[in-house]
Amino acid sequence: MSATLLAVQALNGLQLGVLLFLIAAGLTLVFGVMDFINLAHGVQYMLGAYLAVAMYQVTGTFWGALILGLVLSLVCGLALEFLIFRHLYDRDHLDQVLATFGVIIFVNEAVKVIWGAAPLALPGPALFDGSIQLMENLKYPVYRLALIGSGLAVAVLLYVLVTRTRIGMLVRAGATNPDMVAALGVNIRRLFMIVFGFGTMLAGFAGIMAAPILSVEPGMGDNLLILAFVVIVIGGIGSIRGAFIAALLIGLVDTLGRSMATDIARLLLPPSAANDVGPAIASMLIYILMAGVLFFRPSGLFPVGRS
Amino acid sequence: MMKRFLSAVAVSATVGLGVGGMGLGSAHAEGLKIGFLATLSGPPAVLGEHMRDGFLLGVEEAGGKLGGLETEVIVVDDELKPDAALTKVQGLLERDQVDMMAGVVFSNVMMAVYKPIIESETIFIGSNAGPSPIAGRGCSPYFFSTSWQNDQNHEVMGRYAGQQGFDRVIVMAPNYQAGKDAIAGFKRHYTGEVIDEIYTSLGQLDFSAELARIADAQPDAIFTFMPGGMGVNLVRQYDQAGLKDLIPFLSAFTVDETTLPATKETAVGLFSAAQWAPNLDNPANAKFVRDFEAKYGYAPSLYASQGYDAARLIDAALKVTNGDKRPEALLPVLKTAPFESVRGDFQFNSNQFPIQDYYLTRAVNRSGDTYVTEAVEKIFDDVGDAYAGSCRM
Repeated sequence: MSATLLAVQALNGLQLGVLLFLIAAGLTLVFGVMDFINLAHGVQYMLGAYLAVAMYQVTGTFWGALILGLVLSLVCGLALEFLIFRHLYDRDHLDQVLATFGVIIFVNEAVKVIWGAAPLALPGPALFDGSIQLMENLKYPVYRLALIGSGLAVAVLLYVLVTRTRIGMLVRAGATNPDMVAALGVNIRRLFMIVFGFGTMLAGFAGIMAAPILSVEPGMGDNLLILAFVVIVIGGIGSIRGAFIAALLIGLVDTLGRSMATDIARLLLPPSAANDVGPAIASMLIYILMAGVLFFRPSGLFPVGRS
Repeated sequence: MMKRFLSAVAVSATVGLGVGGMGLGSAHAEGLKIGFLATLSGPPAVLGEHMRDGFLLGVEEAGGKLGGLETEVIVVDDELKPDAALTKVQGLLERDQVDMMAGVVFSNVMMAVYKPIIESETIFIGSNAGPSPIAGRGCSPYFFSTSWQNDQNHEVMGRYAGQQGFDRVIVMAPNYQAGKDAIAGFKRHYTGEVIDEIYTSLGQLDFSAELARIADAQPDAIFTFMPGGMGVNLVRQYDQAGLKDLIPFLSAFTVDETTLPATKETAVGLFSAAQWAPNLDNPANAKFVRDFEAKYGYAPSLYASQGYDAARLIDAALKVTNGDKRPEALLPVLKTAPFESVRGDFQFNSNQFPIQDYYLTRAVNRSGDTYVTEAVEKIFDDVGDAYAGSCRM
């Protein structure tokens, strides 16, 4: 494999990592701060994409779709919070899993009833329409670079929010000891609502940004949700920094594994066996990575102390 | 046991009435009950919807009376879960006492429900999935297919790639049984060299890593089988990576009317293989495409055509038997395929899968925002599948 190809694959890995980070950031905030397992997070990612498609049909521009899609994602998220999730905060994790799993099924079906089962498309912004020639034969869409840029911008924004602002301080305190924060007179319910709304918007943002490169279809968030959980477990639940590092790690390991596992297997095995073994190992790599991390650091790479 | 005895009595009673009461109009017992199994939930639901809509259009065009019998179609969603499908099929066979079964999109569902249906001696018209076991050793006089055996569309692409002199190709498919079958099917008639086989994970959304590998290897063409949303992503990313104009894109079940509404312009010019396309020139097809679009407001796919043909096959066979729906009367008639298929040439092979033509198809922009496939070249003329030889019935 040439150095150019390796560099291109690293860029692809970075891009997958950034997308995973956008989803995992909201998930880790909600899980870490509120101790609430929200399986419906993937559904909120999907809703973001569908709402953006709908808004694109209204406004006719990507930017209009992005802004209105974000607002509507927030509204949907808060509505779900008000109607369902709010009643689950004091229940145990199993109840939360059960209820939010129900939400997945419900919303997936609702989306199918409203928009149909066929995959939809959201055209990207004209501004990022071009592509750059990365290697002979292969163009890299500028939009993907924009996606990476937006993910990094969100990471910086979150970092500043969490470490430099008052609300960030409350969030960190809430992640460590919610009872004490409540005892100090902070309206913890309202804090939860803000965190949840923000997490929803992040998921919606990820969905909207992914829509121009991936297809918009029912259940599109279900696979990514699993990866997002892997990310937050590796990164340490509740840690934005952990989610960021882990997402990039997963993105790189998964992409490089997919592109090289079969070639490596061919060095050791006959071609037909390598064709079986390579892809199997490639799809296991991130889970092996997770098992390894958990073995040495049971609370993840950047554990958030919780009393 | 009691139940089977009772239903036997019921059948003979109906038949008796049917003969005696001819011309008295159709009593309720004279009706035809068809269980239609399709995947209608989850991401691949669009395939099931196309197939169902095609079938129901066929029933409607017969005035709701296939072969003159008041027809009730019980549409059931298999959820793409073999165990759920099995439970529902047992319900159809035992509780609803359906006269016939039809449909089935996916092969794993087909393998779960096939045995129970044919063992109950119920006529079964499969309108999509055609796994090799049921075309070969496990074939049954009760099963007919209005689609193809799974390998065949891939074989078409292999033959075409060879004809075009594409000496070095890369093949890519999801890492599961149907993906491996697709690649095996492609290789059956392909004469060049497969320089790389890429297996992706099922449900994969981003193909940037694979596309970089393809661009690096610079093959003469790629062949891929990426059904549903995976195909939509692949096609759009293939276009965005600028590969569309450099490396010919050969595919099966990837570029069709179920995915074109999402891929639109990015798919135009990509090749696929099919036994049917909307532009096949015969009166039955022209009527089908026109009526389908008028009724449902979207362009039919090959899945829709297979569903439609299934309904018309039943209709035509029942007309020959004068409404006699007993298997012993219907089976010999069904075998002769007494209908005009929308794909043109159609007859049943010894394993009751079609002998038909296969085409190279290409995605085109028909008008405005409507994208469809069109047949550009006939690759196989009147062929059966590779498994018919091992079918004994």
